Amino acid sequence: MSGESWQSFLTFGFFIVLTFVCGAYCLLVTRNMIRAIIGLELLIKAVTLLIIVVGHVTGRVALTQALVITIIVIEVVVTVIAGGIALRVFRHNNSLYIGDLNKLKG
Amino acid sequence: MPSLLILVPLIGLVALNLPNKDIMRKLAFWFALGLFITQILLAIQHHPVFWNYQLEKMDSFFRVNFSVDHLSFIMLLCIGIVSTASLLVARHTIHDEKERFKLINLLIIASIGMSGTVMTSDIFSMYIFLEITAIASFILIAFEKNIYALEGAFKYLMLSATATIMILTSIAILILAAGSTSFSDISQAVRSPGNNIVVVAIGLFLCGLMIKGGVVPFHAWVPDAYSAAPASVSVLLAGIVTKVAGIYTLIRTITAIFGLDGATRSALLMLGAISILVGAFAALGQKNMKRMLAYSSISQIGYIIIGFGTGTFLGIAGAVFHLFNHSMFKALLFVNASAVESRLGTMDMDKMGGLSAKMPVTGATSVIGMLSAAGIPPLSGFWSKLMIIVALWRSGDHAYSIIAILAGVVTLAYLLIMQRKAFFGKDNESVSEAGLGIKTASVMLAGVLVGIGISFPFIFNRFLAPLREIIHR
Amino acid sequence: MTIPHISIDTILLFTMVAAALWTVMGRSLLKATIGLAITSAIISILMFRLNSPLAAVFELSVCTGLITVVFVSTISLTKPLTHKEIVELSKERHKRFGYLPIIIIVTAIVLTLIKIRNNVAVAPGADITADVRQVMWNIRHLDMFGQILIIIAGALGVVILFEERKRDEW
Repeated sequence: MSGESWQSFLTFGFFIVLTFVCGAYCLLVTRNMIRAIIGLELLIKAVTLLIIVVGHVTGRVALTQALVITIIVIEVVVTVIAGGIALRVFRHNNSLYIGDLNKLKG
Repeated sequence: MPSLLILVPLIGLVALNLPNKDIMRKLAFWFALGLFITQILLAIQHHPVFWNYQLEKMDSFFRVNFSVDHLSFIMLLCIGIVSTASLLVARHTIHDEKERFKLINLLIIASIGMSGTVMTSDIFSMYIFLEITAIASFILIAFEKNIYALEGAFKYLMLSATATIMILTSIAILILAAGSTSFSDISQAVRSPGNNIVVVAIGLFLCGLMIKGGVVPFHAWVPDAYSAAPASVSVLLAGIVTKVAGIYTLIRTITAIFGLDGATRSALLMLGAISILVGAFAALGQKNMKRMLAYSSISQIGYIIIGFGTGTFLGIAGAVFHLFNHSMFKALLFVNASAVESRLGTMDMDKMGGLSAKMPVTGATSVIGMLSAAGIPPLSGFWSKLMIIVALWRSGDHAYSIIAILAGVVTLAYLLIMQRKAFFGKDNESVSEAGLGIKTASVMLAGVLVGIGISFPFIFNRFLAPLREIIHR
Repeated sequence: MTIPHISIDTILLFTMVAAALWTVMGRSLLKATIGLAITSAIISILMFRLNSPLAAVFELSVCTGLITVVFVSTISLTKPLTHKEIVELSKERHKRFGYLPIIIIVTAIVLTLIKIRNNVAVAPGADITADVRQVMWNIRHLDMFGQILIIIAGALGVVILFEERKRDEW
């Protein structure tokens, strides 16, 4: 691999890690279910970009594009299910806060 | 031809959801039962004609590199048996036919996902099948749509999705290093030392798998998910889903790709020992039967991890055997729990008592399950625990083998508490024996436990001895 | 790592992190959703610049479009908070989320200090000219079956989760 494409990989990696930090922080700190799902989305987006960058620098764009399309399909399904569960919880509790649902303890 | 195990259920699934639903709803149960039993028979027989024969036309169309070895056979057998048990329980615990139809559909999807996971030799396909299983499980846990089920499902979804992200990040780095997603290519690229990024990738991958498997310290979701799920689903989840999604994949990726070096080995031993202790002591304090069984699950998974961590043939064979046994007895205990739940409507053990007299089959099989879980000879759980402890002792980890033995005593203690509270003693409540399906499932699983325990030498030669091939690859 | 040199990619990446930060720090859920859509759109442009047009189109249509619709409809189906509650919450949020920019800056500094040697990556492969459709339909067949299964599972999930029971049992 040439030094130039390695350099561009590092540049991308730098910002992708920062996006990861944003998403992970959101996931860890928030108590709102929708916001947790948004944090998850940020993480998945960072991963898809990482895979595309890897495909670009290793010259395997066709492979990584195929993988990313699959990941996007799966991501949508997971998000819809998570949103559905959050909505159901809201119907029960009138609240989206995870702290309100500690009924399973014991 | 192994691809038929994926393709036939998929076509059947589509056919079941075509119009004319009234007939299909009746057919669904029998279709699923036939499917699972076929899978059991194929996995026991492992006849080369089915597993190695290449269908010319299908092969050109359905270009899949499934590789089925003896580890896959054991897992396929497990998946078949536990899915059958779960299906039988579903038939008698869900009375609305429409609801049951949906549940059976999801059960088939989950079992396709698991079968695919254990057969594939491509890291990305493994991720896809894991995701199929996981998505089916989220919906199955939330199936009853009460607040507990929804919370359990949401927790599982969040942790599982986090694990998925770790796995995907790791896959991205592995593609960078290997340029491909097949096990063999990655294994070649990974074994060259001195790549810090690759070490990070391996760590992320294994952490992700441990979250899915519920190993301490990633176990927070396990009790909630197990106890919130409907009866038949908790049988499936506790019996097989977490074992395939977390533990099988861990064993497979380490043996086929990453290799078991010193650091991984000591990490596995440490985490296994912590899991054993945390699970066992947490189980002691539980009042809810399903939660106690869930913590017991965490503890038993610790045994599997610790056995695998020895890295010797005996340890790995013991771990795989314990994986199988644990699937069987945990499924059995959850079937019994669902029998009790279907009659009493509660899982609080303080409100039970004397059920053995009223529910003889459930009581008797749960004693078998309990003794097997505690490792009492000649039941099958004894042999696998013995193998793990001997392997630990021989590889020089004396402290860990002592932990394993002592935790066995704790296991016996909490299971005896459960038995005494739930099944023995006196109670005047008028309950009747559980339905036929539940009885069939529990007798089947108890039969497997006793049969394997008695015919252990035969089982060892036929199923476990060939596992040498996965170590010396 | 060394400090990245300025180019269009760098500017886009910088905007991406800013949008992600805004998503997380945003006061209302709706703003967060919009932030997510912007992040996704920028990622899609980046994918396009990295010779992955098909993935970019998918990202743009599915993530920026569909997922935003899902989020907005979920949010609109839940009850909006009153003004007082929002003020209360945002005070609390400032305590919890205020650290994020600091964490980001610290991570950035740490990352610039780490040096990663260029001994990991493989040489460019032979499929550099291969077409993505060919790869998808010929080599990664199994993924397509997986997608079908996942979509079936998702459809069942939507039916189960959104279907109202006639009698309220719980």
